[in-house]
Amino acid sequence: MLTLLNLEPGQTGLIRELHGGRGLVGRLAALGFTLGAPVTVVRNHNKGPIIVSLRGTQVALGRGEAEHVLVTLLTGATEAH
Amino acid sequence: MYTCPALKDTPAMRKSSGRDQWVIALAGQPNVGKSTVFNLLTGLNQHVGNWPGKTIEQKIGTFTRDGECYTLVDLPGTYSLTANSEEERITRDYILRERPDLVIAVVDAAVLERNLYLLTELLLLPAPVILALNMMDVAAQEGIQVEPKVLEAALGLPVVPMSASKNVGVRELVETVTRFIAGDLPYAPHTPTILPNHQAVLEEIHRLLGDHTPHPYPAEWVALKLLEGDEELHRIMQAQLPPQDWEAVHAQLYAHEDAILDIAGARYEWITRMVRAAVIRPRVGQVGLTSRLDRVLTHPAWGTLALLGILGVVFWLTYTVGAPLQEWLDTVLGDFAAWVGATLLSTAPAWLAALVSDGILGGAVMVMTFVPILVIFFAVLGFLEDTGYLARAAYITDRFMHLLGLHGKSFMPLLLGFGCNVPAIMGARIIETRRARLLTSLLAPFVPCAGRMVVVTLLAGLFFGRAATLVALGLVGLNLLLLAGFGIVLNRLLLPGEPAAFIMELPLYHLPNPRTIGLYVWRNVIAFIQKAGTIILVAAVVIWALSYFPADGDIAASYLGQVGQALEPVGRWMGLPWPVLIALLTSFVAKENTLAALGVLYADMLHELPLLLSPAAALAFIVAQMLFIPCVATVATLKQETGSWKWTLFSLAVMTALTLIIGVAIYQLGALVGLG
Repeated sequence: MLTLLNLEPGQTGLIRELHGGRGLVGRLAALGFTLGAPVTVVRNHNKGPIIVSLRGTQVALGRGEAEHVLVTLLTGATEAH
Repeated sequence: MYTCPALKDTPAMRKSSGRDQWVIALAGQPNVGKSTVFNLLTGLNQHVGNWPGKTIEQKIGTFTRDGECYTLVDLPGTYSLTANSEEERITRDYILRERPDLVIAVVDAAVLERNLYLLTELLLLPAPVILALNMMDVAAQEGIQVEPKVLEAALGLPVVPMSASKNVGVRELVETVTRFIAGDLPYAPHTPTILPNHQAVLEEIHRLLGDHTPHPYPAEWVALKLLEGDEELHRIMQAQLPPQDWEAVHAQLYAHEDAILDIAGARYEWITRMVRAAVIRPRVGQVGLTSRLDRVLTHPAWGTLALLGILGVVFWLTYTVGAPLQEWLDTVLGDFAAWVGATLLSTAPAWLAALVSDGILGGAVMVMTFVPILVIFFAVLGFLEDTGYLARAAYITDRFMHLLGLHGKSFMPLLLGFGCNVPAIMGARIIETRRARLLTSLLAPFVPCAGRMVVVTLLAGLFFGRAATLVALGLVGLNLLLLAGFGIVLNRLLLPGEPAAFIMELPLYHLPNPRTIGLYVWRNVIAFIQKAGTIILVAAVVIWALSYFPADGDIAASYLGQVGQALEPVGRWMGLPWPVLIALLTSFVAKENTLAALGVLYADMLHELPLLLSPAAALAFIVAQMLFIPCVATVATLKQETGSWKWTLFSLAVMTALTLIIGVAIYQLGALVGLG
């Protein structure tokens, strides 16, 4: 399985697992990071936080946090963002 | 017409006394325009304070309609109601304890699904909820169509479409509130149910809790929250339950640790069903305004350039509008203070005239001169926040701030500290976690403010001639290095807890609302004058007295002067004579005072000083000036915002220690290489 950090901008993954402490998982789940939800990576540079799009919003995630979100790649097609 | 009584007592007190007003709570996730709705409903009939025992802002206001008075309580913005933060705890405890007559859930129509998550949680609490479907204009701008009537039918509760920043829908909201409270509107909300595979364990926990849940928490709700991993209720119930019962509960929770994912997943599935018919999304490929702007504004290179451009404008505003206005106020009000001393008090004893004009009025003038800078700062911060840009600035700067254990959100307050440290510390309010807020406030005094830069620029020119710019830049660099070092030490060693996870929503861009920004500026400036201003005034009078008595205004012979002379040995380590130490001490009132004091102590300062101080001593002096404890306004604000004398005194102690250590080190090193 991949983490969100492995996705290129434009790639979409389906959330499979969330790791990390209860606080982190709870916060992510409330924001819509639930199992099966599609997440599209908008920005992912080598350094600094990444930006993802899910449920109609954009969320910036620290790299440490993004690493806790495990996904399977839905499509390699590059979406407009 | 009936007007609401003064807002002295809290709704809780009114309730126990039979409550003669309807109490309505305003809930919502961050960035949904909740403040704008609150301001539109209450206007200036609002009282801003803190939640009891918390450093989180509490806003209560009133509005009247048909002779009936309504109290409106603005609850902190939260994404959910699991106690991950103070905000979440305050919101749910308020609704559970005070049982408002109605909760208005404000949601952003453009981000409806995620916003309805809070609604699914609010519906579990014992208060009726109606939905204010705000930002219909932003949704339209992003190509999203929402049908309020369809949503209303699906949810089974009243839904009011609004565009609060354009003043649209407010009358309809008030109408709906009054009709709802009068019982004229149907209310049969649908609520999501928990997934079947967790139903049994939920019931088991509920059974184990028995009647041990303390007031005001409903047992079924506590059981659900425990399953969601709520740490506060975990603590509470561990203390309440007999040990063997708690162990049984704990075993269940341990076996179902991942329940939160199912519970949240089920809520989102329910939401998807609710909004399916009510929301029409844009066709694939249609790009909204936000995405188009973000192609530039969150781009690593262009975004950084855009940020620099915006910062340039901010500093330009501060220096071309703020600074001259500050000087003008200082001159005009200062002349007035002198005139009072010279004319009105001409027959009074000299010390009394000096006390009034130099001490009291001098202090008051100083408080007032901060106002222009504060207005500019808060207008800019309010504007950037209200448009949605601030989150982008935080994203761009996060990677640098990460080194200090901070997030990008701390960048803007710290950076604007170059103008003045006071708004930098007050601006830390935009940061969510208390830990990061405290860390930012403690680091702010290391940012060299305009006042310090004026003194340092002048002194550097005096002592180092052509090398002055280099010296001044080096000193700014030194301060920033120390800021980073102090940040790392505080973060790793001294502050309890881990740095918070960086999870930040990037809100959709929208036009700012001048009224929201205006009230934001107004509230912050008034808070500064009322709270910090009082401490500043007292401190200014005390320091004036120390520099005036017992020698009737001869500063060299005053108490302050005596302190300076007593510190002479310390000064000798830095190569500084005692009058220079006194000048340094007076900078506690305002940084610019150093120059004034030097002017008093040395008749021909410009020529005398360079001859008196060796290059090493001069450098030590300027460094001390940059690092010495911040001015009294900054200290007062630090106390105000951290709510802690302990951390305030800690900050003063660190700055003083650094001043001494680095001052002495520079002089001694300089002396070693022959510059002494």
